[in-house]
This record gives sequence, C-alpha cells and structure tokens, in this order.
Amino acid sequence: MSTTNIASDNPRRSLVVDAARLRRYRIEGMVRYVLMVCAGVSVLTTVGIVVLLLFESLQFFGTVSIVEFVTGTQWAPQNQQYGILPLLCGTLLVTAGAALVAIPLGLGTAIYLSEYATPWIRETVKPALEILAGVPSVVFGYLALIVISPIIRDWVPNADPANAACAAIVVGFMILPTVISLSEDVLRSVPRSLREAGYALGATKFDVTVKVIVPAAMSGIVASFLLAISRAIGETMAVTLAAGGTPRITANPFESIQTMTAYIVEKTGGENAHGTPEYRTIFAVGLTLFVSTMLLNLAAQAILSRVREKYE
Amino acid sequence: MSRWSENTVEDSPVAVGRPTASTEKILRSASELAGSPKKFATTNVNFWYGTHHALHDITLHVPENCVTALIGPSGCGKSTYLRCLNRMNDMIEQTRVEGQILLDGLDIRGPKVDVVDLRKRVGMVFQKSNPFPKSIFENIAYGPRVAGLKSRDRLEQIVERSLVQAALWDEVKDRLNDSALALSGGQQQRLCIARALATDPDVLLMDEPASALDPTSTLRIEDLIFELKENYTIVIVTHNMQQAARVSDQTAFFYEGHLIEAGVTNEVFTNPSKQETEDYITGRFG
Repeated sequence: MSTTNIASDNPRRSLVVDAARLRRYRIEGMVRYVLMVCAGVSVLTTVGIVVLLLFESLQFFGTVSIVEFVTGTQWAPQNQQYGILPLLCGTLLVTAGAALVAIPLGLGTAIYLSEYATPWIRETVKPALEILAGVPSVVFGYLALIVISPIIRDWVPNADPANAACAAIVVGFMILPTVISLSEDVLRSVPRSLREAGYALGATKFDVTVKVIVPAAMSGIVASFLLAISRAIGETMAVTLAAGGTPRITANPFESIQTMTAYIVEKTGGENAHGTPEYRTIFAVGLTLFVSTMLLNLAAQAILSRVREKYE
Repeated sequence: MSRWSENTVEDSPVAVGRPTASTEKILRSASELAGSPKKFATTNVNFWYGTHHALHDITLHVPENCVTALIGPSGCGKSTYLRCLNRMNDMIEQTRVEGQILLDGLDIRGPKVDVVDLRKRVGMVFQKSNPFPKSIFENIAYGPRVAGLKSRDRLEQIVERSLVQAALWDEVKDRLNDSALALSGGQQQRLCIARALATDPDVLLMDEPASALDPTSTLRIEDLIFELKENYTIVIVTHNMQQAARVSDQTAFFYEGHLIEAGVTNEVFTNPSKQETEDYITGRFG
C-alpha cells in the first residue's frame, strides 16, 4: 500500500468556516448550557431547601425563644412547650444503639469476607447484602414490631410495646450493608504487598489482619461508620413505626421514645393550620436534623484528613 | 524504548560486554563454597500454577553464609523458586509443589513444619519496598511483636540493632516515630531489610531488591549484602547481571522453568558450561 492512496482518500478541507459548520458549532456551544442547567437544578434545589428551612425556622424562632428550644426538656407543641432535647435524646438513643449493632457486626463481616472467606462464599454473601439493602424501610419497621418487640418483651417484661431498643436493632440492620460493603472495599484495596510483607515476617493471618490490614484501612473504615451513622440519624420510616412516639428524655432503651424524624412524619400528616408555631416546628426540627448531620459529616472529614496526614 | 536506555548509568559501560566479578570485594572461593554446609538443599522441585508447569526438576544447593544469585530472563521461574523456599507460594490459590526442599536437613513441606516459624527463620525482601503505613519503629518491631515479644527495652534494642545492620540507623535514629512512608525509596528498601533482620532469621531471600532503586541506593544495598553474608545465608533474584557478578558467590541460571547451570559465580560468568548461559550473560537474549 502506498501513502499516496491514503492521502487521496482524505482531501484537505477548507479552513474557512461556512454556514453549515457555523450551525454545528452553535449546537456544540448550546450543549454546554444544557449540561450547565442540569447541574444547576440540583444546586438550586439544595439552596432552595436550605433557604426554606431557614426562613420558616426564623419565623418559628420569632415566637419561640431559641434558648427555650435548645434547653427546654419538654416537647409538647400542643401545649406550647418547645424543648427539642427529648427528640434529640430519642434520635441519639436509636443512633447509638444502631451503631452498637452495626459496627461490630459489620466490621466482623467485612473482615471475614475480605480476608477469610473463599471466593465462592464472598460471591454468594455480597449479593445477599444487596438484597438486605433493598428491603424497604417500612418493612423493617413492622418487622421490628411483630418480631423484635415480642422478643424484647420476653426478656424485659415491662418494656413498652414499641421502644428505642426495638428501633435501634432494626436500624442497625438497615445500615449494616453500608458498613459491610464500604469496609470490605477498603480492606480489599489494601495492597497485596503489605499482606505478603506481614506473612514473610512470620505473622499469622490474624496478626496480619489485625495489625496490618485493619490499621492500613482505618480511614476508610471510619468513613463507612460515619456514613452509616448519618444514615441512622436520618432514618425515618422504621423509627416512626418501631420507636413508639413518646418524646421523652431517657437513657432506658426499653421505653417508648420519639426521634426528630418520626416527629416530622407525625406533624406533616397532622391537620395543623399552616403558619401556626406548631406547624412551623417541623421546619425547626428539620433544621436541627440538617445541622446535626452536617456537623457529623464535617467531623468525619476532619478525622479522615488527620488519618491521611499520618499515613501519607 | 531502546535496550540502552533501560540500563542504569553504572551498567552502561559494560552493557554490551561480558560482566566481570568485582575485584575489590572478596567472593567465596570454589573450595569455600564446596566446604560450606548446605543451608537449603532442594531436589527435583516441580511447581505448577494451575496447569502451567513453572519449575521443572530443580535441584540446587544453597551453601551457608554465601550469596546465591538466581538469574534468568523474566518468567524463567527464579522468583517462583525463591518463594518456594519460605512457602510464600502457599498463599497463591491453585498452585502445586512437588519435590524435596530441605532447610538444615528438614523438609519444610513436611506435615509437622510450622510455616509461621519457617518464615521467621527465612526472611524475605521484596522487589518493591513495602513498608507498613506505620512509624519506622513500628515497622521493625512488627516481626518481634507478632512473635510475642512485649518488652519495650528489648524491642528498642532490636530496632537499633536491625537498623544498624541495614546501614540505616544514622539516617533515622532521630525520627523513629515518623511514618516509614516519608523515607526515600532506597531508605524504604533498607528499612524492609532491617524489618526482615529483626526476626533474627538464618536466611534472607531477596527478590530483585534493587530493581526500583537509583544507582547510588543500589550500591548501598549491594554493600549491605556483602556485610550481611557473614552472618546470614542470602539468596537474591536479580535481572542485573553486573549485580549478580558483584555480590554473589554462587550463581544459578534459570531458563523457561529449568535450572540450566549453577556454580561458582566467577566460573559461570567467565566460563559457562552451557550455550544458553553464555548467550544470556553476554546479552544475546533476555
């Protein structure tokens, strides 16, 4: 084949822009703006939500003092008692309980899958976890009531029918797939060379796992915990069904409690006249929820960057 | 990329000629080699990765307190052989070993052999330095710690001794708590050598320990190998013929899974008995 043949197939085109080409360039230019609008929609939505939350909350704090809201120990909007602490306590109780269930169980499973399980077991368990992650939260909620609650009441006879422990356990299982799949990913991404270095020094599998692999993956593991915890804080449907619905400050997990999310569900479905302080509580509680999740994410970032500094 | 540009600066002047053994460093003589006890004695070792037959009937003796270099083109089986000596291949699925591998007369594949203790006796340094993402101190203390040592004083002694042996102590003694990942490539590799020495092994296996290093760092590692062989038996895999000639007492040439020739390094390089060896060391292939 000669080079002249190739050249003749590709005649030099004029460099002058004609009308047809101009039209094509205009379309190319428009693509940029269409894509920009796509990105803009989500940004504007975020801004809109924050502005709405702030606006309605400000109105709420126009009638209810912010000090009372933050320090009050009674939450009874129908009686003009607006202390957020009982709801905060409920959320904390459920979240802490869920973390207590999900962190040991999740980390253990992740270590098993990444270090000990045969490929066949791993390939079977991972899709099963996807299914667990796909179970709707309302299903978790009534499973908590009809399965977990009776078990708890067998053990603790004076427990409320729906209680914090019941919700915590079920939320723990809901966030389990997040902990397992993220932790397993970071554990498996620890380079093979580090494992070999450990084994070559006469370490057992347990030594390598606990003293090399887990510490090396710690930043990712912590990130998976924090992500799971922030999911637990925001979890709504299961806690609405399973936690009871009584706002109270308590450390007893066997009492009926209410979380911030569950309160919002209750009020949104209720028949409060728009514009009343009682109606606006949902925005104030929503803002509190938003701020706590955001603080958690910021804390996570801070921890992660410190861990990174240490190891890089 | 041309073959020329792949060679490091120190290789270049002799890259096309026959490598010569170093004259400044004293290599073991043929009679010394023959007189040394056999640290490793391997007989008819065969190895398979799945159905791929990677080693064919390797019979080779590794004399005590000598440096044995394994040379040969990529994929010839030299690293596989090396990893048989501390059973690192056990960790790779679907592999199979046959034959006899004796360490001080004991078959390391025997049913009663504790592979964890074997690896404490037979340390290993890898091609790419692989320090743990921990402090310099913790890297070295890892081996003794997993062996059950808890005394801080004793650990400090071991860390200092190992770093001195690996010629790294003076450079890092004031920053033992810094991350090992902050060290340079050459320092990291010496740290890995120190880490391997900390478990007080008899044998040190080195899989191309200097292939990722610059010429200066490479020379330091080679000097180190010279000093270490007084107390340790060393087996080194290398792609660098000059390196094999400079540091080893015995050289074994592998080709396509077969051991073509093994003998005193000077003999193998100046008067090889097989045509393949001659072709390989003069750079006609590989």
